[in-house]
Amino acid sequence: MILPGNALEVEHLSVRLGDVEVLRDLSFSVPEGSSLAVIGPNGSGKTILFRALIDAVSHDGTVRWAPGARIGYVPQRLDLERNLPVTGDDLLRARARLAAAPPSDIERVLSRVGLTREILRKAIGTLSGGQFQRLLMGLALLGDPTVLLLDEPTAGIDEPGQERVTETVRRLQNDGVTVLMISHDLSVVVRFATNVLCLTRDHTCFGVPRQVLTPELLEQVYGEPVALYVHDDPGSTR
Amino acid sequence: MMIQVPPVSVLALSGSMAVAAGLVGAFALMRRMTLAGDALSHVALPGIGVAILIGINPLAGALVALLGGALLIWALERRTRVATEAIIGVVFSAALAVGALLATGEQLIDALFGAPGTLSPWELGAGLVGAATVIAFMILARDRLVLLFLSSDVARTAGIDVQRLSLFYLLAFALTVALGLRYLGALLMGSLIIIPAATARQLARNMSQMLGWSVGLAVFATVLGAWIAESTGHETGPLIVIVAASCFVVVTAVRRR
Repeated sequence: MILPGNALEVEHLSVRLGDVEVLRDLSFSVPEGSSLAVIGPNGSGKTILFRALIDAVSHDGTVRWAPGARIGYVPQRLDLERNLPVTGDDLLRARARLAAAPPSDIERVLSRVGLTREILRKAIGTLSGGQFQRLLMGLALLGDPTVLLLDEPTAGIDEPGQERVTETVRRLQNDGVTVLMISHDLSVVVRFATNVLCLTRDHTCFGVPRQVLTPELLEQVYGEPVALYVHDDPGSTR
Repeated sequence: MMIQVPPVSVLALSGSMAVAAGLVGAFALMRRMTLAGDALSHVALPGIGVAILIGINPLAGALVALLGGALLIWALERRTRVATEAIIGVVFSAALAVGALLATGEQLIDALFGAPGTLSPWELGAGLVGAATVIAFMILARDRLVLLFLSSDVARTAGIDVQRLSLFYLLAFALTVALGLRYLGALLMGSLIIIPAATARQLARNMSQMLGWSVGLAVFATVLGAWIAESTGHETGPLIVIVAASCFVVVTAVRRR
């Protein structure tokens, strides 16, 4: 049984891919309505963790979601070739029909992620990185999720695009959606995360950002010394 | 005694086979399985060879081999995506070689390139039911397939049984190849699935147009190819593929301007 008030509980999670143990004995919990940032160097198993949480890779240990949890997943990489004549409308309509959601939900979701109707007619291959990322968020929101998993939502996007993506995430948090986010962007982590889960090759850690994000850990994660200054205004963190 | 099937029924069968090929092909492009799909169609050959050896209907042998091939791709992809293409290439090229040893002479040519011949009512009925099954599946599963091929993880969190849908799509692909064997043969049927879809990709602006163009072009190539074959006395399969490939070349040339 999951503790009341928790959206997710993970106990002794281990994932092995072939001969490599990617995740070892990982335990943490995510309270409902909170946000968890997952940080770690490349190859530390962040995406594998998300895929284990949605049962897409076989694993040992326990993953418990709150009863009735609906998960929206926003992947970093897609299987789909992007130069196909698939439009925003094709994706959103397909998801809306599967969720038995009325077409008006598409409009509502577009405004939640800050996109205009124009996006519907465009082929997904012609969208900017930020627009595409927000389209994928909209796709996830059509299932009316209680939990959102975001895999590096700001990676490879220009700065204004990043701002709009993080603004969208902030709005979703305000709406009470539990957010799990993989991010390399420390300013995003400190501004938005209730808790941080760090995955490095040697160890894992879990806690509130100000306690967990020590200079030693940041050096391990980023491969070079990183100084973190946290101002009282959470919006001006560097 | 062989009962003559009226030509309109033959047209209905080849037409519905082409519709199925157009639909399956559009999603094969989304799934990036153009190469795997073409190789999969080759696996029909050893099935035909074994069927001839043990004296059963060659198409039944081909169907069993194709469904087995689809299961093999499905099982391999569950393990690893990277190695799949290479394994498929090796296994299905070997299948072609084994098939070439089992079937010889005219049988081999017919199996490779198709031979419309005389259609029995049983074959007609089974073919129409098979085509209707594929078409119905592709229409009903369209939304789920779009999400699956966008991202299997997105599909999974949307409540889709990813493994089962993937298997059903591969079986629909295999069944479509089996439907076209009589007209196009093991070597060419993959082309009728892939070429109209590849042409449609250049013409379409959204998913519905992509499916529409892909189906339209597959039917056009099949009907025109069969008509030219009938008029000139040449083989049907190669002509169908030549018509489809000509459409691709023309569209590519016009789009490049």
